[in-house]
Amino acid sequence: MNSNGNPILALIWTFGLMSLFAVGGANSAIPEMNRIAVDVRHWMSDKEFADLFAISQLSPGPNVLIVTLIGYSVAGIAGALVATVAMCGPTAALAYCVSRLLRRSQHSRWPAIIQAALVPLSIGLMAASALILARSSDQSVLAALMTLAAAVVAFATRLNPFWMLLAGGIFGLAGLI
Amino acid sequence: MLPDSPPAATPAPDLASSAPPPQPGLAELFIAFARISLAGFGGVLIWTRRGIVEQHRWMTADEFNETYALCHFLPGPNIVNLSVVFGSRFRGIPGGVAAFAGLVGPPMLIAIMLAAVYAHYGEIDALRRTLAGVACAAVGLLIAVVFKMITPLIEKRDGAGLVMLAAVFVAIGFLRLPLQIVLLVAIPVSLAVTIFQRRPKA
Repeated sequence: MNSNGNPILALIWTFGLMSLFAVGGANSAIPEMNRIAVDVRHWMSDKEFADLFAISQLSPGPNVLIVTLIGYSVAGIAGALVATVAMCGPTAALAYCVSRLLRRSQHSRWPAIIQAALVPLSIGLMAASALILARSSDQSVLAALMTLAAAVVAFATRLNPFWMLLAGGIFGLAGLI
Repeated sequence: MLPDSPPAATPAPDLASSAPPPQPGLAELFIAFARISLAGFGGVLIWTRRGIVEQHRWMTADEFNETYALCHFLPGPNIVNLSVVFGSRFRGIPGGVAAFAGLVGPPMLIAIMLAAVYAHYGEIDALRRTLAGVACAAVGLLIAVVFKMITPLIEKRDGAGLVMLAAVFVAIGFLRLPLQIVLLVAIPVSLAVTIFQRRPKA
């Protein structure tokens, strides 16, 4: 844990700011979370970060849970709560205000234009997330094959993602990864 | 304040629409979003639509799409935004908080319990190996989502979009530049390109 300053304040600042830049949701902000948690603040190792991502995917619920887990590992339950609220609060307040504004002035063409402009950016961010997580998770050929297999099955079928996670866990436990 | 205009101008939906749409209370909002959230592995959107539109009929499909589009173009976790916008539409700010607490609270407890197990037993070899396997699969799922989202861009032959996508990917994934700096450049450029593409053709 870093000694310079209060970790709770660091969590609020980090995720409160990230909230407003997380174009396309929590999974797009993973590179930034990784950069800050591992490189800037030294809260955890790359491996630990990848583990937290795996745990967040194992839990049901929204993708923002990765933030909860980072907060938890930095400052326990209080950290988990503070990080989650900091990540959700600013953007939720913005969403609330914008939705009320838009209900007054219907038929603006701006939402469609802004959305179209943001879609490629958020896909690029998610692709970067996948790259960064793959770098720390896929340390062997078999691990990379597991990732590839999960990607192909998830892309080509409508199988519940939980089964892919379970298969990964079983292969891992069997010592194949 | 909440103009859910009774003289509904919308054409009657196909199914029995005689009953007015029910107005969920705070507890109902909390429970509905908690159930949606706990059902959703790797993406809550499908379950949100199922719960709000099909099960409770709190919104029509069109209303849901509009609300979702709004929450998608805003930054931050989309489903979280949706829960807040949705809850506050019916019950003001307390409604938004109730829906948000339902969506995030129960899964948070589960995730924290798992994380506590990890913190205590994370060094045990069997658990390490299992989690490593799960992590590999989780990355695969993320890659699949990326490809599913790229497909429409390729089908539309959106060259400019693909270039923007690649530029952001390299800047964040390889150069590891800070997110804010990348977006402060990428958003204006992408907006300008989009407006240029959509200009009325002469």
